[in-house]
Amino acid sequence: MTFISRLAGVAMALALLIGGAASAQTPPAANDALLLQYLKQAPGDVSGRVTIPDPKSALLIQPEGRSWRASQNQIATFGAVVILGFLALVGGFYMMRGKIRIEKGPSGKTITRFQGIERFAHWLTASSFVVLAISGLNLIYGKSLLLPILGPEAFTTFSVYGKLFHNFLSFPFCLGLVLMLVMWVSHNLPNATDIEWFKQGGGLLKKGSHPPAGKFNGGQKIIFWATILIGGGIAVTGYILMFPFTAVPDMAGMQLAQVLHSVLSLGLIGVIIGHIYIGSIGMEGAFDAMGKGEVDVNWAKEHHSLWVKEQEAKARSGAD
Amino acid sequence: MARMKFLCDSDRCIECNACVTACKNEHEVPWGINRRRVVTINDGKPGERSISMACMHCTDAPCMAVCPVDCFYKTDEGVVLHSKDLCIGCGYCFYACPFGAPQYPQVGNFGSRGKMDKCTFCAGGPEADGTAEEYEKYGSNRLAEGKLPLCAEMCSTKALLAGDDAIIADIYRERVTRRGYGSGAWGWSTAYKTGSAT
Repeated sequence: MTFISRLAGVAMALALLIGGAASAQTPPAANDALLLQYLKQAPGDVSGRVTIPDPKSALLIQPEGRSWRASQNQIATFGAVVILGFLALVGGFYMMRGKIRIEKGPSGKTITRFQGIERFAHWLTASSFVVLAISGLNLIYGKSLLLPILGPEAFTTFSVYGKLFHNFLSFPFCLGLVLMLVMWVSHNLPNATDIEWFKQGGGLLKKGSHPPAGKFNGGQKIIFWATILIGGGIAVTGYILMFPFTAVPDMAGMQLAQVLHSVLSLGLIGVIIGHIYIGSIGMEGAFDAMGKGEVDVNWAKEHHSLWVKEQEAKARSGAD
Repeated sequence: MARMKFLCDSDRCIECNACVTACKNEHEVPWGINRRRVVTINDGKPGERSISMACMHCTDAPCMAVCPVDCFYKTDEGVVLHSKDLCIGCGYCFYACPFGAPQYPQVGNFGSRGKMDKCTFCAGGPEADGTAEEYEKYGSNRLAEGKLPLCAEMCSTKALLAGDDAIIADIYRERVTRRGYGSGAWGWSTAYKTGSAT
């Protein structure tokens, strides 16, 4: 298509030039102007045949490289908005609501919330995600934030190791995703309880509000599906980039994979900032769930009432 | 100061690939890396053209803009060079380059790329001119010796021109005027859009 239009341009330029030559004494300036005009037309993709055994090199000109380049700036802006936005959000929330306390205070009695394998899957995913995120963000912002501090050599060393870790830690990250999917998917199917939970703002907005929830509440289900789906998308696009021009044979596909990988990752980083906040400084007793695996009974009753009832029923039937 | 550019007169290129061979030999470019290549478009049909293409040393070079470790630099003569000591082989410059110039040796695991390699306009790299280290990494530095790129110097039909843009554009313009046709300076609109007029 673009090639045809280019050919048409060639034909036109040719006709005009020949016309110019035919009228004998066209001043050279006119031809120059014509040539200039022709050269200024931005051609589309131009590809042909090469004799070297690298089919990629048959692509002679791909001006989309320019739009991909522009997309890198947009990605950097998008990421800054998402990350700073989420940070401002949790910061503002903390100032408004403060740390969400266990309303009835700690009971001293605990209940098992997550088994060892569950915590293993969580921390496997979490720890690799943090390194993946830092090494990924380094590619976007390192040049402006770290390079002036570290200097070129040290920054390159940092980035080379970042790339290595980024490649290798993708595997434990994916293993973690699969484990969490298998163990938790049945607890994360949306149901009517979630509607009520969201109606009450998850009980986050005001004290004394504790909408019922099962093992995972509506908010946690969002985190779960964001991690599985966005994380899965990041994994797929990431492996496309890791094995360049294999699953995706063409340039446009590779460029798209890189853009998707960046955008999805930045989005997930934003979501995870919220997740880390509420799981640590945002709520008393919440960290124990993934820390020790044991949570205070009063915390559990306030935030996962249906799950506590379920567990108690299980314990009773087990005791019989 | 001259502004160095390449210009391929596709109405003269006969696809002999001498430029490709000259480049590989002059710089001892390893297997699998092609700093220069000849692409034939519309092969076997009316309007067939062959174009010799390498790094065009763009005015506003996309590779420089997207490099996450800022390993590129531009010489006073407009030649885009890079430091292999700083390159991390991420491949971004290959996605951004309109001309497919950056090349990577495959090293290590997966599709891992080694340090990027590309046409230097026969101008070497950041190391001191004409040193063994410079030759090892980037090939010979002909510009420092007062010579132009070998690919263009030994082009049998003088289709490939390399040198100061004012001079090569004049040569090309004169050719087009004299013979009455010209299918354009390939890649110029993409490479030098923000640069000097031609």
